[in-house]
Amino acid sequence: MTHNPEQDPKRIRVIENIMNANDRLSEANRADLDRAKVFSINLMASPGAGKTSIIEQTVHAMVNKFRLAVIDGDIATSLDADRAMAAGATAIQINTGGQCHLDAAMLQSALRQLELDTIDLLIVENVGNLVCPASFKLGTHKAVLIASIPEGDDKPYKYPSMYQGVDALVINKIDLLPYIHFDMANFQRGVEILNPGLTTFPLSCRTGEGVSAWLTWITQQVEAFYQSVSRH
Amino acid sequence: MHELPITENILEITLRHAKQAGARQVTKIYLVIGSLSSIIDDSIQFYWDIVAKGTVAECAQLDFRRVPSEFLCLDCDNRFHPGSEDFLCPKCGSQRIKITAGQEFYLEAIDIDT
Repeated sequence: MTHNPEQDPKRIRVIENIMNANDRLSEANRADLDRAKVFSINLMASPGAGKTSIIEQTVHAMVNKFRLAVIDGDIATSLDADRAMAAGATAIQINTGGQCHLDAAMLQSALRQLELDTIDLLIVENVGNLVCPASFKLGTHKAVLIASIPEGDDKPYKYPSMYQGVDALVINKIDLLPYIHFDMANFQRGVEILNPGLTTFPLSCRTGEGVSAWLTWITQQVEAFYQSVSRH
Repeated sequence: MHELPITENILEITLRHAKQAGARQVTKIYLVIGSLSSIIDDSIQFYWDIVAKGTVAECAQLDFRRVPSEFLCLDCDNRFHPGSEDFLCPKCGSQRIKITAGQEFYLEAIDIDT
């Protein structure tokens, strides 16, 4: 039978987004974060792109300016949360037990373990994966993708939904550009088509090049958020 | 692997609408999935057989309508299906592109017996 749901009287029209349940929970998370005046970022990347290194650098640089918390999504182990805590943040580990992404329900239960009123900036480190996290909104204020040079310049073409859904893009490990074939023009063309005008930060966590522009952006985001919530 | 929670969502939506309609049985579920959303039909079917067991939708057939991705060139108005290597307009080479289809992900309808 062909796909024509209109003909049969026993056919019930539904038209409902399959991600509705998660989306609704993500809205509740956002409301909780807004109420407690916590600015939050969902950091996504493939494994090894440098999520934890960027978090370490960010926490080090911001720990005297903002009260920071990190929620770390990992399939197992608390290694990443330990590194965030060593850098000076309050850290909570979510072991997803094999699940390849965080979802809004997991973030909700992690938020309950934090004293939100004592936090200014919350960084959520998603599970290393370029596919699944794109489908599950968490309710954070900004979504950031970290790409890295060794992954290759074809990634926007291979993982379009990940590149489409983010508010900023970090390109990590630019110190490796002389050693690896990476066609930056091809990479940026793909990004521009999927997400026109996307704010991009080429940097190296190892050498520190470009990191200050990223830190400035975060600071501006947090300050803009405070202005918007204090008006309400 | 994210198909398991997604399949549970499909079941939740299905059962809610089936109950509202007083369904004795759900026979078919129509899903619309854009090719830019990374969902594997076979995985959903696999999980469906597990999660729907014992519900009124246990025997429902899953109908997947795949919507191919479609881009619109903002310079020459050409509509095209992008390749996986490159997203440029095949007619004029422009990179000013708007995505017009391929991101759909919803449950369109269910067939029921009452």
